Amino acid sequence: MAYLKAMRPEDILKPTAAGLCSQIGGFHIDPVRPVERALITHGHSDHARAGHGAVLATQETLDMMRLRYGDDFAGSTQAIRYGEALKLGRTEVSFHPAGHVLGSAQICVAANAVRVVASGDYKDVADPTCLAFELVRCDAFITEATFGLPVFRHGDPRAEIAKLLNSVALFPERAHLLGAYSLGKAQRVIAMIRAAGYDKPIYLHGAMEAITRYYASRGIDLGDLRLVRDAKKAELAGTIALCPPSSLQDRWTRRFPDPVSAFASGWMRVRARARQRGVELPLVISDHADWDGLTATIAATGASQVWVTHGAEEALVHWCTMKGLAARPLNIVGYGDEDEGAAEIASAEAEA
Amino acid sequence: MNRFAALLDRLAYEPSRNGKLRLMTGYFRDTPDPERGYALAAITGALSFRHAKPNIIRALIAERADPVLFELSWDYVGDLSETVALMWPARVGGGERTTLAATSSLSNVVTTLASLGKSDLPAQLAAWLDALDETGRWALLKLVTGSLRIGVSARLAKTAVAALGDKAPDEIELVWPGLKPPYTELFAWIEGRAGKPVNVDPAPFHPVMLSHAIEEADLAALDPSHFAAEWKWDGTRVQAVAGEANGRRVARLYSRTGEEISASFPDLTDALTVDGAIDGELLILRDGRVQSFNVLQQRLNRKTVNAKLLEEFPAHLRAYDLLAENGEDLRELPFAERRARLEQLVDRLDHARVDISPLVPFSTWDELIAARADPAAAGAGGDAEAVEGVMLKRLDARYLPGRPKGLWWKWKRDPHVIDAVLMYAQRGSGKRSSFYSDYTFGVWTAGENGDELVPVGKAYFGFTDEELNDIDRFVRNNTINRFGPVREVVHDAAKGLVLEVAFEGLQRSGRHKSGIAMRFPRISRLRWDKPPHEADRLETLQTMLRSEDAATSVRPLARAASAGADS
Repeated sequence: MAYLKAMRPEDILKPTAAGLCSQIGGFHIDPVRPVERALITHGHSDHARAGHGAVLATQETLDMMRLRYGDDFAGSTQAIRYGEALKLGRTEVSFHPAGHVLGSAQICVAANAVRVVASGDYKDVADPTCLAFELVRCDAFITEATFGLPVFRHGDPRAEIAKLLNSVALFPERAHLLGAYSLGKAQRVIAMIRAAGYDKPIYLHGAMEAITRYYASRGIDLGDLRLVRDAKKAELAGTIALCPPSSLQDRWTRRFPDPVSAFASGWMRVRARARQRGVELPLVISDHADWDGLTATIAATGASQVWVTHGAEEALVHWCTMKGLAARPLNIVGYGDEDEGAAEIASAEAEA
Repeated sequence: MNRFAALLDRLAYEPSRNGKLRLMTGYFRDTPDPERGYALAAITGALSFRHAKPNIIRALIAERADPVLFELSWDYVGDLSETVALMWPARVGGGERTTLAATSSLSNVVTTLASLGKSDLPAQLAAWLDALDETGRWALLKLVTGSLRIGVSARLAKTAVAALGDKAPDEIELVWPGLKPPYTELFAWIEGRAGKPVNVDPAPFHPVMLSHAIEEADLAALDPSHFAAEWKWDGTRVQAVAGEANGRRVARLYSRTGEEISASFPDLTDALTVDGAIDGELLILRDGRVQSFNVLQQRLNRKTVNAKLLEEFPAHLRAYDLLAENGEDLRELPFAERRARLEQLVDRLDHARVDISPLVPFSTWDELIAARADPAAAGAGGDAEAVEGVMLKRLDARYLPGRPKGLWWKWKRDPHVIDAVLMYAQRGSGKRSSFYSDYTFGVWTAGENGDELVPVGKAYFGFTDEELNDIDRFVRNNTINRFGPVREVVHDAAKGLVLEVAFEGLQRSGRHKSGIAMRFPRISRLRWDKPPHEADRLETLQTMLRSEDAATSVRPLARAASAGADS
């Protein structure tokens, strides 16, 4: 056929006002506005929105959207397994573990033997609450860049958990109030605290109850969980309680005896971030790849083109260029202004 | 070094004053001499390393990191030391790290830095940075660059030392000027192992007493008979100290932070022929008239002075207070007695370069309100333009270092105010490094295509935390351009944010397109209600500037003009 010429990645996927769009496939990925057909990488609210016609996602992501937005969050839904291939329009799509949160996926879109992978959000380090990141070789890689600066090296999260448990042992009369994003981070931190051998009850802010119970229902052992609202002030001395980050400076904290304010986030690597929020015990635990993770992943995909979405895209684009890769930022409005962590915080606040 | 780094790290995150005190006192108790003394010196800002400049650190990181990535990171983190500490390449095989870090004690670092030549410094710094972990690197770089910024004042550190024994922090302040790192005799005295250290400097700096701001509404709670009032002169606060050692006269001039500035003001130190420590205001007088702050600025911050400068900008000391006389410490005396002694001393000195700041007579607050509104008629005469308000001092107040409550009040003249439009915003540094907190604002002027905004100044304080959040959100939602860390925000006739900007004065500036620079600008109100086209015009500022210029020669008229611009 005469019209069949080599496909370029931007013929397969390109940024539009509504988000990444595949015209030849007839769908959008993580659209920020209601569309006819949406493929969703994971359940965080800036990626998974209500109001689309048809939604294709992993079972866990669909469950989380239902939990958050109610049963009628989309016209119709379809679950897809990791590794399963599906024909959509002139493309073939498949979902692959992104290691970000439970159910999170990278979406690979292929046409005429050209593969484009949209990473969504991802991390390349172990997380007991979700499948490990799977490398997908591709021609164009669409990467996040939340921590896309070389000052972000996240280190071993187990050392951060040890820091928390040491502080709990040091201040048995105080409560440790740990700010963590409600979806993913909270459950990962609880699982890691359990893995470190801490078996006392862990207390939860009401806003994270449903999603945490959902994690437990998927076979992730989180131990004895209780609600802060059911506990008396004196009972909370010497305990660990988790809450959305926005609640750390809330009047809600007054129900705790002399609380130590802790925050589990990649942003805690920068002192000013911790001080701004009045955090006394910053824990560098991130669900996003750090600088070394981003650059190692980009190199390993073998992609010759790199598109950088939300985060510090400038630095990552510069790095790619130095490595001889064609790179450009995709300024998609709606993934928030993640360069400050504002969006991540704001979305946690929305959850709270 | 590790222990000191851990202390700084914990101090940086500890929000409460008492918590900080506990941490420091604990450290001083458990750490031996001379290590703790160098730590005290670092925290109080008593260390400075001649050759250690930020550009050495920048050069070191430039050899190890891509310059673009470094700039982006620095812009993001907002702090050079922290950026370098975080970016410094991790060493593979950390085996030797602990041994090296253990041997590089703080004392070792400080003494090495003090003796090392400029050319050897980079290699030594790099070796330490390789050996330390991230916290250690951060602490080392903070120490070397001399800006700890951990939310601990020198005063708080001395309070922590005082808590080791049963001493009051003020007792430490009194002996402090004669002490040097590592302060072994100070710790020995505090711990009861030795007598009080003697201050041997014949012309030492005395820590300055500062005032709190007050407003008219607050006066009702105070009894006017307890206070004296004097003019607050628009110059620079200094301390002039003279004494004798081994038959040699020593006269020194200090800034309010204790930095010696004698070399820049030989005309003034020559005038100090009587032993004593005078707290006063540095001014420029021509023909007996106080010149504007703009004039004084041309004499300030000059490392060398020539005959022409001395002649054109003759320095003058206007005396407020007397802290010591002939070796006698007067700071425990009430203000009224110190003032009487000061008047006698200035009389005896009888030098044209030194005079006394007159008291403003009043018996009721209404009389003082009237005096502040019209200093020319209340005794300031031809110098009224150089009056930036009144000072209230309790007659029975001792001279206490720091900013004690309830003793001294400053009641400034009302500032000038204009409405300007926000044009650019830049992220702040330190605590504010995620916020767009530095604002460039402009006023309207006629351009080629009709009215356009021209930038007239930059402000980064004056707003509340809540207002900062609101402006930050406005900036993010209304960005029309990005230039690195700077964002241009929407600013046309109909859309934009109007800022009410307060400032103390104007000066001509060749560096600004508008030709005008503001003194001490700050955001006084956010005018969400006001459309940008209603903001002020450049002509308004130019009129104010002309009246300020005129003020230097024809005062009484100019005063009326600038008071008009005030309202």
